[in-house]
Amino acid sequence: MRRDIPLIITFVCGLTMIVQFFIPHWPFGEMKSYFQQSYMIIAAFAMILGICNLTKLHLKKIRDKRSQWGYSIVLLFGLAAMTIPGLFIGGIKEDTIFDFLFRNAHVPMQATMFSLLAFFVASASYRAFRARTLDAALLLIAGFVVILGRAPIGDSITWFLPEGYRMSEFANWIMAVPNTAGQRAIMMGSGLGIVATSLRVILGIERSYLGGE
Amino acid sequence: MAFAVNLIIGHSVAVLTEIGVGDIREVRIIGWRLEKLFSRKMSEGKYLLTPKWRRSGRSGPVPVLFLAVAILVMGASLGVGTPSSVIRPGPPVNPSLCDRPNDAGGAIEITWEASHDDSRGRGIVNSYSVFRSTEAVGGFANIATINTGRDRYLYVDDRVKDDERYFYKLVAETGSGAFSEPIVIGPVVSSAQWFHSDRWNMLLALLIVSASVLLFIWMARRGKELYIRPIAGLQAVDEAVGRATEMGRPVLYIPGILDMDDVQTIAGVAILGRVARKTAEYETPLSVPVSRSVVMSAAQETVKEAYWDVGKPDAYHPEMVRYLTDDQFGFAAGVDGIMLRERPATVFFMGAFYAESLILAETGHSIGAVQIAGTAMTSQLPFFVTACDYTLIGEELFAAGAYLTGDPRLLGSLKGQDVAKGLAIAFIVIGIFLESFGYHWLKDFLKVN
Repeated sequence: MRRDIPLIITFVCGLTMIVQFFIPHWPFGEMKSYFQQSYMIIAAFAMILGICNLTKLHLKKIRDKRSQWGYSIVLLFGLAAMTIPGLFIGGIKEDTIFDFLFRNAHVPMQATMFSLLAFFVASASYRAFRARTLDAALLLIAGFVVILGRAPIGDSITWFLPEGYRMSEFANWIMAVPNTAGQRAIMMGSGLGIVATSLRVILGIERSYLGGE
Repeated sequence: MAFAVNLIIGHSVAVLTEIGVGDIREVRIIGWRLEKLFSRKMSEGKYLLTPKWRRSGRSGPVPVLFLAVAILVMGASLGVGTPSSVIRPGPPVNPSLCDRPNDAGGAIEITWEASHDDSRGRGIVNSYSVFRSTEAVGGFANIATINTGRDRYLYVDDRVKDDERYFYKLVAETGSGAFSEPIVIGPVVSSAQWFHSDRWNMLLALLIVSASVLLFIWMARRGKELYIRPIAGLQAVDEAVGRATEMGRPVLYIPGILDMDDVQTIAGVAILGRVARKTAEYETPLSVPVSRSVVMSAAQETVKEAYWDVGKPDAYHPEMVRYLTDDQFGFAAGVDGIMLRERPATVFFMGAFYAESLILAETGHSIGAVQIAGTAMTSQLPFFVTACDYTLIGEELFAAGAYLTGDPRLLGSLKGQDVAKGLAIAFIVIGIFLESFGYHWLKDFLKVN
C-alpha cells in the first residue's frame, strides 16, 4: 500500500497530462496549470524541509566539532543574514537590507563563480585539444576554425580567399551544419528516451525513483 | 428657438439610440454620424418646417443659421471639429471573425488587414479600435485599441461566453482623432473543442511509440532474449564504486540541478537507486548534494530504500542526501567545496546541468576522481566529454536505469524505443527525398503545433 498509492497518483497525473495535451476542453485544458500550481505549492513546503535539513546538518557538524566546522558557522550566519531581514526587516523590496545584501554580496559571488568558468574552459580545452587520436584532431581543427572565425582576426588572415570561403563563413558552416546535425540527433534520441522513461514511470514499471527495484 | 433646441436634442437621442452608445469613445463616431444625418435632413428641409413656416410655406434664414451653429457647437463638443478640418481614414480591410480553434472556449479571433491609410497608404492611421456587442445594431462597447505597424492584425477577445452570439465593430483612428467608417461583422459563437485538431500527428506518434514499447515489454516478460548494446559508462559503474571502496573514499552523486518535474532528474534519481545499492553492498560512504528540496525528499527515500533492500539499514543515515541551495552557482560552489574537502574517489553527474557543468567536472578532475556523467543537455555534453571519464549521451541517460537492473520489462522498453528511432530515421530519409522533389506533405504532416 505504501508504494501503491504513489504509483496510482503517478499513473493518474501522468495520464491526465497526456490527455490534456490533446483535449483542450474543460476540465482537461485546465489540468496542466492546476498540476503545475500544485507542484509549486508542494515545492514551497519542501523548501522548509530543505532548509531544516541544511540547518540540522551544519548544527550537528558544529556541535561535533567535525573537521572544518568553521565553514558551517559561516553558512548558518549567511542563511540567517539573508532570511531574517527578508522575512522580518523590510521584506525583499528595493532599498531594504535584503536587497542590499542581495546586490552587494549575492550577485558578486554569483558573478565570481560564473567567471571561473573561463579558466575551467581553458584548462578543459587544453586537455581536449591534444591531438592524440583522429577524433581529437578533428575536434582541434573544428575548434580552431570556430574560435578564429568568431573573432575579427579570422577574416583578416583569410582576406585573399573569395567571399563565402573566409574563416567566419567556414565557422558558421561548422556551427550550422555538422554541429546542428549532431545536436538534433542527440535531441531526437533524448526525446524518444523521455517518452520511454515517462511511459515506464506512468505504467509503474520504473519504480526506482520511489526507492524500489 | 426652444422648438429647434428640442428638435436637435430629441433627434440626437434618437440617433444615439439607433447607433447605440456603449462607450465614450463611440460618441466621437456618433458625432460624425449626426453631422451626416443632420446635413441630409437639412437638405431635405426637414428641420426648417416649423408650424408657422409650414403654414406660410417658406423657409426662413434664421432656423437654418441656428441649426448650422447648433450642429457645429455639438460637433465641437464631441471633439469632431468642422467637416473641412478632418480627413477621415479608410476603414480596416477584409475583417473576419472566428472561434479561436483548439481552445477551451471563451475566445474569439478577430483579424483584419491594414486600412489603405495605414503605413502602406497615407500613413495617417495610428490605431484600430475594436468594439463588441451581442446585437448587430447598438450596444457596442470598446474592448481594445491596437496600435498600427503591421500588414495584418489579429486580436483575440478572451472575455466572451461560450454559445452566445457576438458582433464586432472595427474602426481605424487617426492621430487627430478622426475615425473611419465603422465596419460591423458577425455574428460569431465561441465554443470549446474536444480534440486539438493540429495534434493528430502527435497522437499517432505517441501511439506508435507506446505500442512498440509495450509490445517489447510484453515480449520480454514472455522470456524473449533482448540484446542491448554495451554502454561503457554504465559498465564502469561497478568498477567506479569498487575503486572508491578500495580507496576508502566516498562516492559523490549529483542528480542535476533541476527539479523532479524534469525527466532527466527522474532518470538521475532512478540511477541513484542502483548506485546506492552498490555503495550499500560495498559499505562505501555515499554523498548526494542536491539543489532542490523535492529532489532531496525523493533522493532520501530512494537511498534509504536501497539500503534497506540490500539489508544494510544501519549503514544509511539521512545526511547522505543534503540540500545545499536552489541557486545555480551557489550550488556549484557548495559541490566544489565538498569535492575539495571530502575528496571523493568517484563522482556521478546524472541529470540536467547548465553552465555549472564544467565548473563541477573540472574540479572533480582536479582531485583525480573517476567521473561518470550523463545528461541530455546538448550544450553541456562537450564539457562532460572533455572532463569526465565516461559520458552517457542523451538517450543513454534514460536507458541507464533499465540497463543497470537488467529487468526484462525495462530492457523491453529500450527495445521499443529503438524501433521508434528506426521509424524516425525512415521518416527522415523519406522526407529528404520528398522535399528534394518538391513534395511537402510529409513535412507539413510532421509539423508540431
